[in-house]
Amino acid sequence: MKFTARVRVMPRSGLLDPQGQAIEHALASLGFERVGSVRVGRELEIALEADSEAQVRERLGAMCEKLLANPVTEDYAVDTVEAQR
Amino acid sequence: MKVAVVRFPGSNCDADAYHAALLAGHETEFVWHRSTDLAQADVVVLPGGFSYGDYLRPGAIARFSPVMKAVEAHARAGRPLLGICNGFQILCEARLLPGALARNAHLSFVCRPVRLKVESDATPFTAPYRVGEELIMPVAHGDGRYVADEATLERLERTGRVVFRYVGANPNGASRDIAGIANEEGNVVGMMPHPERAVEPILGSSDGSRMFALAALAAGVA
Repeated sequence: MKFTARVRVMPRSGLLDPQGQAIEHALASLGFERVGSVRVGRELEIALEADSEAQVRERLGAMCEKLLANPVTEDYAVDTVEAQR
Repeated sequence: MKVAVVRFPGSNCDADAYHAALLAGHETEFVWHRSTDLAQADVVVLPGGFSYGDYLRPGAIARFSPVMKAVEAHARAGRPLLGICNGFQILCEARLLPGALARNAHLSFVCRPVRLKVESDATPFTAPYRVGEELIMPVAHGDGRYVADEATLERLERTGRVVFRYVGANPNGASRDIAGIANEEGNVVGMMPHPERAVEPILGSSDGSRMFALAALAAGVA
Protein backbone atom coordinates (compact mmCIF):
# COMPACT_ATOMS: atom_id res chain seq x y z
CA MET A 1 0.00 0.00 0.00
CA LYS A 2 1.06 3.58 -0.63
CA PHE A 3 0.95 6.11 2.16
CA THR A 4 1.69 9.78 2.66
CA ALA A 5 2.86 10.75 6.11
CA ARG A 6 3.62 14.04 7.79
CA VAL A 7 6.36 14.12 10.37
CA ARG A 8 6.90 17.14 12.62
CA VAL A 9 10.34 17.87 14.07
CA MET A 10 10.45 20.60 16.73
CA PRO A 11 13.19 22.10 18.89
CA ARG A 12 13.18 20.50 22.33
CA SER A 13 11.12 22.48 24.82
CA GLY A 14 13.45 24.29 27.18
CA LEU A 15 16.05 24.74 24.45
CA LEU A 16 16.51 28.31 23.26
CA ASP A 17 14.78 28.75 19.88
CA PRO A 18 16.21 31.99 18.48
CA GLN A 19 14.19 31.71 15.23
CA GLY A 20 10.96 31.46 17.19
CA GLN A 21 11.95 34.45 19.31
CA ALA A 22 12.78 36.56 16.25
CA ILE A 23 9.37 35.78 14.72
CA GLU A 24 7.70 36.50 18.04
CA HIS A 25 9.31 39.97 18.06
CA ALA A 26 8.37 40.57 14.41
CA LEU A 27 4.72 39.71 15.14
CA ALA A 28 4.72 42.07 18.10
CA SER A 29 6.21 44.89 16.01
CA LEU A 30 3.52 44.33 13.36
CA GLY A 31 0.89 44.93 16.00
CA PHE A 32 -0.26 41.35 16.56
CA GLU A 33 -1.11 41.41 20.21
CA ARG A 34 -1.42 38.68 22.81
CA VAL A 35 0.96 36.33 21.02
CA GLY A 36 2.46 34.14 23.73
CA SER A 37 5.36 32.40 22.09
CA VAL A 38 6.48 31.07 18.72
CA ARG A 39 8.58 27.99 18.09
CA VAL A 40 9.92 27.00 14.70
CA GLY A 41 10.43 23.44 13.54
CA ARG A 42 10.02 21.61 10.27
CA GLU A 43 7.48 19.34 8.70
CA LEU A 44 8.43 16.55 6.33
CA GLU A 45 5.98 15.03 3.90
CA ILE A 46 7.06 11.50 3.12
CA ALA A 47 5.51 9.19 0.54
CA LEU A 48 6.26 5.54 1.20
CA GLU A 49 5.02 2.02 0.70
CA ALA A 50 4.22 -0.34 3.55
CA ASP A 51 1.88 -3.16 4.50
CA SER A 52 0.00 -1.28 7.19
CA GLU A 53 -0.27 2.05 8.96
CA ALA A 54 1.44 0.50 11.98
CA GLN A 55 4.40 -0.44 9.80
CA VAL A 56 4.51 3.10 8.38
CA ARG A 57 4.69 4.53 11.90
CA GLU A 58 7.37 2.08 12.90
CA ARG A 59 9.50 2.93 9.87
CA LEU A 60 9.02 6.67 10.38
CA GLY A 61 10.12 6.28 13.99
CA ALA A 62 13.30 4.57 12.84
CA MET A 63 13.92 7.31 10.24
CA CYS A 64 13.51 10.00 12.89
CA GLU A 65 15.83 8.25 15.33
CA LYS A 66 18.49 7.75 12.70
CA LEU A 67 18.35 10.87 10.55
CA LEU A 68 15.33 13.17 10.61
CA ALA A 69 15.65 14.44 14.19
CA ASN A 70 18.64 15.05 16.43
CA PRO A 71 17.75 13.59 19.84
CA VAL A 72 19.92 16.18 21.61
CA THR A 73 18.03 19.18 20.28
CA GLU A 74 14.78 18.01 18.70
CA ASP A 75 11.58 16.05 19.38
CA TYR A 76 9.54 14.45 16.65
CA ALA A 77 5.97 13.33 16.14
CA VAL A 78 4.16 11.57 13.31
CA ASP A 79 1.20 13.88 12.66
CA THR A 80 -0.76 12.09 9.96
CA VAL A 81 -0.54 8.90 7.96
CA GLU A 82 -2.89 8.70 4.98
CA ALA A 83 -3.37 5.71 2.73
CA GLN A 84 -3.34 6.60 -0.97
CA ARG A 85 -5.99 5.02 -3.12
CA MET B 1 53.08 12.25 9.98
CA LYS B 2 50.48 11.46 7.37
CA VAL B 3 47.49 13.75 7.54
CA ALA B 4 44.24 13.10 5.67
CA VAL B 5 41.83 15.97 5.07
CA VAL B 6 38.39 14.62 4.21
CA ARG B 7 36.43 16.49 1.53
CA PHE B 8 32.66 16.40 1.56
CA PRO B 9 30.54 18.07 -1.10
CA GLY B 10 30.30 21.56 0.37
CA SER B 11 33.51 21.51 2.41
CA ASN B 12 35.17 24.89 2.01
CA CYS B 13 38.01 24.94 4.55
CA ASP B 14 39.59 21.79 3.15
CA ALA B 15 42.31 23.69 1.27
CA ASP B 16 43.11 25.74 4.39
CA ALA B 17 43.46 22.60 6.52
CA TYR B 18 45.61 21.01 3.81
CA HIS B 19 47.80 24.13 3.70
CA ALA B 20 48.15 24.19 7.50
CA ALA B 21 49.19 20.53 7.65
CA LEU B 22 51.57 20.92 4.72
CA LEU B 23 53.11 24.04 6.27
CA ALA B 24 53.76 22.00 9.41
CA GLY B 25 55.77 19.58 7.28
CA HIS B 26 53.34 16.66 7.07
CA GLU B 27 52.65 14.40 4.16
CA THR B 28 49.11 15.58 3.47
CA GLU B 29 46.37 14.29 1.23
CA PHE B 30 42.76 15.02 0.43
CA VAL B 31 40.37 12.11 0.81
CA TRP B 32 37.06 12.29 -1.06
CA HIS B 33 34.00 11.46 1.06
CA ARG B 34 33.21 8.42 -1.08
CA SER B 35 36.49 6.78 -0.15
CA THR B 36 36.31 4.03 2.43
CA ASP B 37 39.97 3.79 3.33
CA LEU B 38 41.86 5.90 5.83
CA ALA B 39 44.27 3.19 6.93
CA GLN B 40 47.31 5.17 5.71
CA ALA B 41 46.46 8.24 7.77
CA ASP B 42 48.02 8.95 11.16
CA VAL B 43 45.74 11.94 11.66
CA VAL B 44 42.36 12.68 10.10
CA VAL B 45 40.88 16.17 9.80
CA LEU B 46 37.22 16.87 9.03
CA PRO B 47 37.33 20.45 7.75
CA GLY B 48 34.85 23.30 7.94
CA GLY B 49 32.26 24.21 5.36
CA PHE B 50 28.66 23.45 4.56
CA SER B 51 28.58 19.76 3.72
CA TYR B 52 25.43 18.90 1.77
CA GLY B 53 24.39 22.55 2.02
CA ASP B 54 23.67 22.09 5.74
CA TYR B 55 20.40 20.49 4.61
CA LEU B 56 18.29 19.05 7.42
CA ARG B 57 20.92 20.00 10.05
CA PRO B 58 24.62 20.82 9.67
CA GLY B 59 26.49 17.52 9.41
CA ALA B 60 23.33 15.37 9.47
CA ILE B 61 23.80 13.99 5.97
CA ALA B 62 27.61 14.03 5.79
CA ARG B 63 27.57 11.82 8.86
CA PHE B 64 26.35 8.99 6.60
CA SER B 65 28.92 9.54 3.84
CA PRO B 66 30.81 6.33 2.94
CA VAL B 67 34.05 7.70 4.44
CA MET B 68 32.48 8.00 7.88
CA LYS B 69 32.79 4.26 8.53
CA ALA B 70 36.55 4.62 8.12
CA VAL B 71 36.52 7.81 10.22
CA GLU B 72 34.70 5.93 13.01
CA ALA B 73 37.16 3.03 12.80
CA HIS B 74 40.07 5.50 12.96
CA ALA B 75 38.53 7.13 16.06
CA ARG B 76 37.76 3.84 17.78
CA ALA B 77 41.34 2.69 17.18
CA GLY B 78 42.39 5.65 19.33
CA ARG B 79 43.96 7.57 16.46
CA PRO B 80 43.82 11.37 16.35
CA LEU B 81 40.76 12.90 14.70
CA LEU B 82 40.08 16.63 14.54
CA GLY B 83 36.76 18.15 13.49
CA ILE B 84 36.79 21.86 12.79
CA CYS B 85 33.53 23.84 12.56
CA ASN B 86 31.39 21.76 10.17
CA GLY B 87 33.73 18.88 11.03
CA PHE B 88 32.77 19.33 14.70
CA GLN B 89 29.08 19.34 13.71
CA ILE B 90 29.60 16.11 11.77
CA LEU B 91 31.37 14.45 14.74
CA CYS B 92 28.44 15.34 17.02
CA GLU B 93 25.90 14.07 14.49
CA ALA B 94 27.94 10.86 14.19
CA ARG B 95 27.90 10.64 18.00
CA LEU B 96 31.65 10.41 18.14
CA LEU B 97 31.31 13.46 20.39
CA PRO B 98 28.38 14.23 22.71
CA GLY B 99 25.97 17.15 22.34
CA ALA B 100 25.03 19.20 19.30
CA LEU B 101 25.68 22.54 17.61
CA ALA B 102 22.53 24.65 17.43
CA ARG B 103 21.72 27.89 15.61
CA ASN B 104 23.64 30.88 17.06
CA ALA B 105 21.61 32.50 19.82
CA HIS B 106 21.55 35.87 18.00
CA LEU B 107 20.79 34.17 14.64
CA SER B 108 23.50 36.00 12.69
CA PHE B 109 26.46 34.35 11.03
CA VAL B 110 29.52 35.31 13.06
CA CYS B 111 32.86 35.67 11.28
CA ARG B 112 35.61 37.25 13.35
CA PRO B 113 38.64 36.46 15.50
CA VAL B 114 37.74 35.33 19.02
CA ARG B 115 39.70 34.83 22.22
CA LEU B 116 39.94 31.26 23.46
CA LYS B 117 41.26 29.73 26.62
CA VAL B 118 42.96 26.34 26.52
CA GLU B 119 41.24 24.16 29.12
CA SER B 120 42.99 20.85 28.49
CA ASP B 121 46.36 19.75 27.18
CA ALA B 122 45.38 16.08 27.36
CA THR B 123 44.67 15.64 23.65
CA PRO B 124 47.09 15.22 20.74
CA PHE B 125 45.86 18.54 19.34
CA THR B 126 46.14 20.61 22.51
CA ALA B 127 49.27 19.00 23.97
CA PRO B 128 51.52 21.83 22.69
CA TYR B 129 49.50 24.45 24.59
CA ARG B 130 49.54 25.42 28.27
CA VAL B 131 46.32 25.04 30.21
CA GLY B 132 45.02 28.55 30.81
CA GLU B 133 46.84 29.97 27.78
CA GLU B 134 44.82 32.43 25.69
CA LEU B 135 44.72 32.09 21.92
CA ILE B 136 43.26 34.09 19.05
CA MET B 137 41.52 32.18 16.25
CA PRO B 138 38.73 33.12 13.88
CA VAL B 139 35.23 31.68 14.02
CA ALA B 140 32.92 31.57 10.99
CA HIS B 141 29.60 29.89 11.62
CA GLY B 142 25.85 30.25 11.88
CA ASP B 143 25.30 27.09 13.93
CA GLY B 144 27.96 27.06 16.60
CA ARG B 145 26.02 27.14 19.86
CA TYR B 146 27.20 24.06 21.71
CA VAL B 147 24.35 22.43 23.64
CA ALA B 148 24.06 19.23 25.65
CA ASP B 149 21.96 18.10 28.58
CA GLU B 150 23.13 19.10 32.06
CA ALA B 151 24.40 15.62 32.90
CA THR B 152 26.57 15.59 29.77
CA LEU B 153 27.90 19.09 30.46
CA GLU B 154 28.74 18.10 34.04
CA ARG B 155 30.49 14.96 32.85
CA LEU B 156 32.51 16.93 30.28
CA GLU B 157 33.59 19.41 32.96
CA ARG B 158 34.36 16.79 35.58
CA THR B 159 36.47 14.69 33.24
CA GLY B 160 38.38 17.61 31.73
CA ARG B 161 36.92 17.14 28.28
CA VAL B 162 36.16 20.80 27.64
CA VAL B 163 39.30 21.67 25.69
CA PHE B 164 38.60 25.27 24.60
CA ARG B 165 36.37 27.96 26.07
CA TYR B 166 35.52 31.40 24.67
CA VAL B 167 36.95 34.27 26.69
CA GLY B 168 35.10 37.57 26.84
CA ALA B 169 32.19 37.74 24.40
CA ASN B 170 30.64 34.35 23.69
CA PRO B 171 30.10 34.51 19.90
CA ASN B 172 27.15 32.11 19.67
CA GLY B 173 25.57 31.55 23.09
CA ALA B 174 27.28 28.19 23.63
CA SER B 175 26.60 26.48 26.97
CA ARG B 176 29.33 27.31 29.47
CA ASP B 177 31.24 29.20 26.74
CA ILE B 178 32.32 25.86 25.27
CA ALA B 179 34.29 26.22 22.01
CA GLY B 180 35.75 22.72 21.79
CA ILE B 181 35.48 19.31 23.43
CA ALA B 182 37.17 15.91 23.36
CA ASN B 183 35.90 12.36 23.57
CA GLU B 184 36.56 10.19 26.63
CA GLU B 185 39.86 8.87 25.30
CA GLY B 186 41.02 12.33 24.21
CA ASN B 187 41.91 11.30 20.67
CA VAL B 188 38.87 12.95 19.08
CA VAL B 189 38.57 16.74 19.30
CA GLY B 190 35.87 18.98 17.87
CA MET B 191 36.06 22.77 17.87
CA MET B 192 34.14 25.65 16.30
CA PRO B 193 37.09 28.08 15.90
CA HIS B 194 39.41 27.64 12.92
CA PRO B 195 43.03 26.82 13.88
CA GLU B 196 43.84 26.26 10.18
CA ARG B 197 43.04 29.92 9.52
CA ALA B 198 45.55 31.00 12.18
CA VAL B 199 48.84 29.48 11.06
CA GLU B 200 50.83 32.45 9.73
CA PRO B 201 51.30 36.06 10.89
CA ILE B 202 49.76 37.33 7.65
CA LEU B 203 46.50 35.67 8.73
CA GLY B 204 46.41 37.76 11.89
CA SER B 205 47.37 34.93 14.24
CA SER B 206 49.72 31.97 14.26
CA ASP B 207 48.16 30.42 17.34
CA GLY B 208 46.83 27.45 15.36
CA SER B 209 50.16 26.35 13.93
CA ARG B 210 51.22 24.45 17.06
CA MET B 211 48.10 22.32 16.76
CA PHE B 212 49.12 21.23 13.27
CA ALA B 213 52.73 20.63 14.28
CA LEU B 214 51.47 17.50 16.07
CA ALA B 215 54.83 17.48 17.82
CA ALA B 216 53.68 15.38 20.75
CA LEU B 217 52.36 12.76 18.36
CA ALA B 218 55.53 12.70 16.34
CA ALA B 219 57.48 12.23 19.57
CA GLY B 220 55.16 9.41 20.55
CA VAL B 221 53.98 10.95 23.80
CA ALA B 222 50.33 11.62 22.98
